[in-house]
Order: sequence, then structure tokens, then C-alpha cells
Amino acid sequence: MLARASATATRGLASARFASTLIIAEPGAGVASPGTLSAVTAAKAIGGSVDVFIAGKDAAADAEALAKVDGVARVFKADNEALANGIAEDMTAAILACQEANKYSHIMTPASNYGKNFLPRVAAKLDMAQVSDVMAIEGEDTFLRPMYAGNAIARVKATGAVKIMTVRATGFDKASPEGGSAAVEDAPAFESAGKSAFKSEEMVKSDRPELESASVVVSGGRGIKSEENFELMFKLADKLDAAVGASRAAVDAGFCSNDMQVGQTGKIVAPDLYIAVGISGAIQHLAGMKDSKTIVCINKDEEAPIFGVSDYGLVADLFKAVPELTEKLPARS
Amino acid sequence: MRVFVGVKRAVDYAAKVRIQADKKAVDISNVKMAINPFCEIAVEEAVRLKEKKVAEEVVAVSIGPKQAQEVIRQALAMGADRGIHVTTDMRVDQELQPLAVAKIMAALTGEHDPSAWLLGKQAIDDDSNQVAQMLAGLLDWPQATFASEVEVSEDKKSATVTREIDGGLQTIEVPLPAVISADLRLNEPRYATLPNIMKAKKKKIDTVDAASLGVDLAGQIEVLEVSEPATREAGSKVEDVDALLAKLKADGLL
Repeated sequence: MLARASATATRGLASARFASTLIIAEPGAGVASPGTLSAVTAAKAIGGSVDVFIAGKDAAADAEALAKVDGVARVFKADNEALANGIAEDMTAAILACQEANKYSHIMTPASNYGKNFLPRVAAKLDMAQVSDVMAIEGEDTFLRPMYAGNAIARVKATGAVKIMTVRATGFDKASPEGGSAAVEDAPAFESAGKSAFKSEEMVKSDRPELESASVVVSGGRGIKSEENFELMFKLADKLDAAVGASRAAVDAGFCSNDMQVGQTGKIVAPDLYIAVGISGAIQHLAGMKDSKTIVCINKDEEAPIFGVSDYGLVADLFKAVPELTEKLPARS
Repeated sequence: MRVFVGVKRAVDYAAKVRIQADKKAVDISNVKMAINPFCEIAVEEAVRLKEKKVAEEVVAVSIGPKQAQEVIRQALAMGADRGIHVTTDMRVDQELQPLAVAKIMAALTGEHDPSAWLLGKQAIDDDSNQVAQMLAGLLDWPQATFASEVEVSEDKKSATVTREIDGGLQTIEVPLPAVISADLRLNEPRYATLPNIMKAKKKKIDTVDAASLGVDLAGQIEVLEVSEPATREAGSKVEDVDALLAKLKADGLL
């Protein structure tokens, strides 16, 4: 505890020794999710202690993995039936019980659909504001967040007693999943709200890397023209061991499933390499990928806005260029 | 049942925004404004519930300066029955914040007794994605966020909602009253026809002063500065696939 306090003092956050953060982890099927690891880095930037709350059907296995994450002090696991499916009312009750017991100064969760669902409800219950999609932390109450599809970056100061925020995974390096030795405890008991009932879920099965954490992403847009043609993207992705994304136009046209959508209202990605195929580059799409390290585009319209953000642009018919690229790529070992 | 729909006037999704010279906000003085796209989807869903005889009345609610009436009129032209305009001069993209909006909506709920609130999942100006969840929390109602399908039960006591979640879809059943937030895939909003736009002019819009609702409107988020995002340096065009591969290899990406 002492060691941590002095470490934060050297970082210049004078009042950080009073900070204590609770991270609501995403379920990880036995591993610490990439978004959660980024959140741990964000919490460390605030300073003070870092605890993690994990719920879900794999909570016990997830808790073990989270306990090993570097920088985590305590892990609260809630392998409670009511929380298995992330129902917002019950998640909120469980998190409030944890807050009641430990009085955190900060509560955060990765800005994925999982956390976006319940965290604002938690904030309202505490009569606190939420800062959404924090991309950088400048101090324990000052954060950067994007507005207007990432066309404006706001530096905001949260003035409430408890700072509640969702953090953008691509804004923070992942904490090391090794080196920690946190204590695992049962989360404080709570009363189930008993309102919403889980009926079913239909998950898109994929052997490919997860979109938000993949180091290479290939994305298809309206130019792909059909669901059948989208196979071209999957073949290219397999050669690159890449995740497959899509523009809203491709999703709306039914070429692929909605959870592949990259953009302001879909997923935010920042891979090492992003290959945009048949995507014009509307503001809403750029919002989701313009922090990628290298952007490549293949488009037959040389006036398309995507060329304005691409490191390498190929003006070509994708139906010729993509198979050729796939063919000529070296196989990944 | 009575359905309340929240509609926000935001910048048009295709408009290019600039930062004000004082770096305190985005300059919206000469930008095209429109109904927030997700709100439009929420209105469409409410009107469809009415057409299916599930809802008896659809009420469109907007909070903001006098121009907010424009988006209420649009909702009325799409088929909403009446409007409520909660007036405020606060900037709805940064001064009037989600918690205050949720409190205003909660105050209206107490007065008008709707069976459901339909909202968009997020506004494309502040990109917060908070109001529906906060409203549900304040009312202690169940919530169904990021909905791509909504089916109200025959006895109108519950709704089965399919939600867009990470990695797929989830279906839950929420007892009514509830708050539901619309995702893009929920529906394709209709265009308001000219006769319906004319008819909408005769529909009633009640005006309520936000300050009269006894709600704390002060935000807990102070915007210190608004700045441009880092721009990317212009890249180059490559001749063919081989040239592209050579570049990627040279950069160590393959």
C-alpha cells in the first residue's frame, strides 16, 4: 500500500493517494479481456489502489486470471446466476453494493457494449455524471474524450465526488496479465432486482481474432456488393491472421453481421494495420479506425475520402486486387 | 399504452464540424442541424407500435432551445400524436448533460404516466450513450438498450427485446413500464410525406420550462477545452498490388 502511494506521488498527482478505483471487468472466458487490461492501465494513471469486479458464468476462472494482472490489489468475484448475462438492473445492484462497502473515488469499465449498458445506470443511482469513452487521463479528475464522431476532443473535468467513466481500450496500453498477486474475494451480497429476464443469445462464432484487439483488421464496405463477395474479405483475413470489420453500409446491406461494424456507433479499433476495402471513408467510419498505426485502402474511386487518411492507397477494382493480394501474401507461420 | 419518445436536435450526421475560436466548444452557429439519427429510429418504432395497435398514443419529447420544435414537428409528421417541448437555453451538446436530461424525463414520467420510453442509443454530438440507462435507473424501471427488435406482449405487460451485444445478439424480456434504446438495425425510418408534414402543423406541442421541473440542471462535467483531433499525415498512392506488398514489407508489417 505504501509502495503504491509513493509510486503515484512521484508521478506528480499530489492527491492521488486518496484515489481508489473499481474496474468492472468484461467477462473473459477464463482470461483477462483486452479491454479490462487497458482499463487497468487507465486506473494506474489515476493513481491509488485498483480493485476489479468480475461477474458472469466464468467469474471464478476470470477472477483467477485477473488476480495475476500487474497492479490489481483485490478482485471481487460474483458468480451469481442473476449476473451471468449482464442484465443491467442486477449488475447495477451488485456494483452499488461493492461501492457501498468500499467507497471508491473512481469506477470504470471498458467502453464496450457490455459496460455501456449498466455503468450510466450505476452513475444515475449515485447521482453522478459519467464521462464516456475516456481516451486519455491527465489527472484524477481531468480526462480527454471524443465528441462529434471524434472530430472534436474535449478536455473535461469531472466535478462529482465519484468519477464514473467508460474507457476506450485503444487509448491505453494493456497492463501485463502477469506479475500481480491480488486477493480474490466474494463480491458483497446484493438483492436481485428481478425485473428483466434473460431469454437467449446468439453469438457469432469465429475463429478469427477479436476485432477490438486484433493487430491486423481487414474491413469491407459497400463496394463489396454482396454477402457472397464478403468471402473475399475472410480469405484475405485468414492469410493475415486478421479480424474482419465492416462499414455501416456493408452491415445495412446485409453483407455481414452488425457486431462487425467499425465506427462512431460500432466498434473502435486501432490495429497496427487496417486495410479498408471498398469503403469510401465517411466521418462515422473514420471515427472508428483513424487511430490505426498504418491504414491501407483499396478503392476504385480515387476521390474517396478514405485516401485522405490512408498511408498507402491503391486505386483499383477490389475484385481483382483483393484476390491478387491474398494470393501474393506470404503465409503466416 | 402510451409511449414517450425522446428526440434530440443535433448536427446533421453529414455536416463537418469546426472548433470555435475560443476552443470552448464546437461551432454550431452555421451548421445544418437535424433530428439525431437514433432518435429517428426510436420515433419510427413508436409509430410502428401505434400502427400495430399496441400503443394508443405516441408523445415526442425534446429538450433544448426554441429550434428543438423542428425535430418535434418531424416526429409528429412521422406519426407521433403530440409533442412536449422542454425549453432551455443550455447547449445540449455539452452544458445540458445526460444526467440532467434523464432527470427532466423522469419528472415528465411522473406527470404523464407512459408505459415506455423509447430513446436512441446515443446522440451523435456528445456521443455519450447514457440517457436511456440513467432514466431507467432514476425511475427504477427495467432497461433494454441497443435494441434491434422489440415485441410487446399481447397483454402489454412486457416486451421481448433483442439487443446488440459484443459478439452477437441477446434476447431479454422486460416487464413494462421500461426504457428501450434503439440501435441502428431496429428499423428503417420512414420519410415524412408532404400531407403528413401539413397535418403535423395542427398537432399540439406543449411547452414546459426546464427550470420549472424542480430538477438540478447543473452538470458535473466541466468542459475545459475542445480541440481538433491529431491529423494524419497524407500518405501516398501505390501503383499496384506488388508495390503495396513491397511497402508493407519495408514497414515490417508482413
